Amino acid sequence: MIELKGVTRRFGDAVAVDNIDLTIETGEVCVLVGSSGCGKSTTLRMINRLLPRTSGEILVDGEDINNADPEALRLNMGYAIQSTGLFPHWTVARNIGVVPDLLKWPARKRDERVSELLTLLGLDPAADAIKYPHQLSGGQAQRVGVARALAGDPNILLMDEPFGALDAITRENLQQEMLRIQRQLNKTTVFVTHDIDEALKLATRIAVMDQGRIIQHDTPEAILRRPASAFVENLIGKGDRGLKLLGLRTVGDVMARHALPSQPEPLAEVLKETDSLRIALSIMVWQNSGELPVFSEAGEAVGTVTREQLLQGGA
Amino acid sequence: MQMRPWITPVAWVALLCALAALLPSMAPLFSWVEPGNDNLVYTRDSFWFLLQSHIWLVLVSATIGSLVAVSAGIFVTRPAGRDFLPLVSQIASIGQTVPPVAVLALAVPVMGFGEKPTLLALVLYGLLPILRNTLAGLGGINPTVLESAKGMGMSSAQVLFKVELPLAGRVILAGIRTSVTINIATAAIGSTIGARTLGDPVIAGLVNGNTAYVLQGAILIGLLALATDSLFEAIERAWGRAFSI
Repeated sequence: MIELKGVTRRFGDAVAVDNIDLTIETGEVCVLVGSSGCGKSTTLRMINRLLPRTSGEILVDGEDINNADPEALRLNMGYAIQSTGLFPHWTVARNIGVVPDLLKWPARKRDERVSELLTLLGLDPAADAIKYPHQLSGGQAQRVGVARALAGDPNILLMDEPFGALDAITRENLQQEMLRIQRQLNKTTVFVTHDIDEALKLATRIAVMDQGRIIQHDTPEAILRRPASAFVENLIGKGDRGLKLLGLRTVGDVMARHALPSQPEPLAEVLKETDSLRIALSIMVWQNSGELPVFSEAGEAVGTVTREQLLQGGA
Repeated sequence: MQMRPWITPVAWVALLCALAALLPSMAPLFSWVEPGNDNLVYTRDSFWFLLQSHIWLVLVSATIGSLVAVSAGIFVTRPAGRDFLPLVSQIASIGQTVPPVAVLALAVPVMGFGEKPTLLALVLYGLLPILRNTLAGLGGINPTVLESAKGMGMSSAQVLFKVELPLAGRVILAGIRTSVTINIATAAIGSTIGARTLGDPVIAGLVNGNTAYVLQGAILIGLLALATDSLFEAIERAWGRAFSI
């Protein structure tokens, strides 16, 4: 658990972070969202003490972080940033192994961990491990950055716009990977982004920041349904917030489930139970139908979903 | 280790050693520039001895200069030493602006004749290129790399030795290369105050009006500079390969 109590950070006369209180529960993904200069990165960098705070308290599992040795503190906090910050003179494997090395893991344990993470992030443990950062694509480099952050098996993960510089498709893929990895590992994560869609997709709870203050701290659904101010309302976009709401829930939550799964008919475009209601609606509009069969990841027909169920689910 | 980059420096070194050994037996060749002169080859000391002494002077001054300049460069890029950056750059600039001859003239009354004042002049004259490149090399590292190194949990010393120096090393090496090459030529003036260098035949030749002596000294100095330069070239490449940059 990470607790920020009355935390302030000034740069000269300018106040970057203004007396914020924030509690991040163990295992949840807290997304700090806001426009640039709102203090979200500053907040993140105070948690691993890359920046000292001006006043207030930051506690990790009840301990003030200023009482800990900064290096030991950071070794237990994975850190991934937008520009990746990969070491250009080291191979991918050595980059990922940096924290295990600093923690003095035995070489074999480290190497196993590196291959495990390369596999987890969808990279090739043999071919990609010996590459240098300049030989990677942007998406690959960012995967390596995330793998490096996870390598020491830290309790806490700090991510500063890790997917900000990627193209839309790669970003979408990595967000999916992030969700999958988070379901497996359940790391307490603080994630900074300026992209509200990314926040809605990844967050357990979102903290909306503006001018150094936290305007609203709540679940994605509550933020969409009850924006605390005009600023939040603008950020989430009034026009398509209904669709965004549909994006938060999966078809599996609202569909009518078959008693027994059956083999599917071969369809070009099938709806999976893990897809969001938003995708279901899109397919309905495209196929101009009021009811769709739903399939499991394994390809079995597991239920049906109707337009009414969708609209109720979103409401 | 690949051998190919080392062929050129080895060839230059071989040529240099061969000439240092064989010049005395090449007297007939020099009768062409000094017709009618019996003293065609400098004989007060062997070229071999002068070459060793010359290399020794450059080696010692380069080692001292590199240690001082690299340490100073590292110091003024740390948070604790940042305030000294302008001062240190100025001192190094002054070191290069004052001509080595002037340093010699000023140092001789204090340190006497011989190698010590020559070393002082060489060290001072060689500081700036090394310092400048150390600052450029360390300053040229992508700040996000340093930030993430720190964020990963590296201590300041680990950041310096694992990240900064390997990444800046090639640029720093280039600075040492420039400094050493300049000082191979500059060391020759040490001969004016009694240091034994390849400048001896040059000075003797100028004083006695013997072009053959001047040529012999100049050829060896030039070859030494070329050999050293290509040796550094090979080292820089090896460094680049070792760290893939």
